[in-house]
Amino acid sequence: MTEQSLSFRLAIGVYAALLALLGLTVWAAGQDVGRWNFVVSLLIAAAKAMLIMWVFMHVRHSSPLTKLVIGTALGLCGIGLVLSLADYWTRGWP
Amino acid sequence: MSDLVSAHEPTPLAHQFDDLAQQNHADDLGIWLFLATEVMFFGGMFLGYTIYRGEYEAAFAAASGRLDLFWGTLNTAILLTSSLTVALAVSAADASRRGRLVLLLLATLALGGAFLGIKFMSYYHEYRDGLMPLLGLPFRWPAESAREAEMFFNLYFLMTGVHAAHMVIGLAIMLVLLFKAIGGGLLGEYSAPVRILGLYWHFVDIVWVFLFPLLYLVGTR
Repeated sequence: MTEQSLSFRLAIGVYAALLALLGLTVWAAGQDVGRWNFVVSLLIAAAKAMLIMWVFMHVRHSSPLTKLVIGTALGLCGIGLVLSLADYWTRGWP
Repeated sequence: MSDLVSAHEPTPLAHQFDDLAQQNHADDLGIWLFLATEVMFFGGMFLGYTIYRGEYEAAFAAASGRLDLFWGTLNTAILLTSSLTVALAVSAADASRRGRLVLLLLATLALGGAFLGIKFMSYYHEYRDGLMPLLGLPFRWPAESAREAEMFFNLYFLMTGVHAAHMVIGLAIMLVLLFKAIGGGLLGEYSAPVRILGLYWHFVDIVWVFLFPLLYLVGTR
């Protein structure tokens, strides 16, 4: 069964990085940069999610098929989001 | 699911698989397929939130400012810690370290329980402050932006509520696994259930990692 196991040091390292990103996102929310607040907070959240998935969820050890399933789910969500926003943001009705 | 039985079974390998590696791969793919459906499930709610946030930006910022940032941040840290403990629990199960596995599962349960406790306390405060526009309860907000703020709070209670329901389910399964681990199961080749639950738990964590900035950090705080 022994696939590559998660070493304690790597786990702690990723955990520290996640907490640091949490601190960063709260600090960044205190800076008034208008629309960019949203972008920055989403990017930081995506970075946290990537760390959790790649290391804690062992995606780096997963088969190509599993990676395809994950990529497809995220991709389809992205398509849904982009097309929906393209609809709403181009309405311009009074 | 023959790999849910205790260590008293002669083999963790189900008959339809050639070897354990293939079974583990199937387990991995299976849980990820399920998580993909969960991404669609939450994705719909996130999409709805995004549309309305675009329309009602100012009201959303004001409403978000009424959420308690300290407890929200603490809850995020708690959930991130629980991801650490469950990841270490998976390693412990893989390495057949029974004591460690039990301890780490207990820690994850405690952290999950703490998260839910804080969440329900926050719900109570929002109810008390008239910020819970559900079930016909009074909603205290200046009239000109009340409709828009109400949408924010509806999304807040819906999304965090569905998330909390997912956590309760995860904790219930974890409790079952805890008892199996205490009984000497889920070790080495039998550790698949811990690994699978771990993936589910990380997913629930990732959902909150996105919920937190979207709900608590809308305006400048």
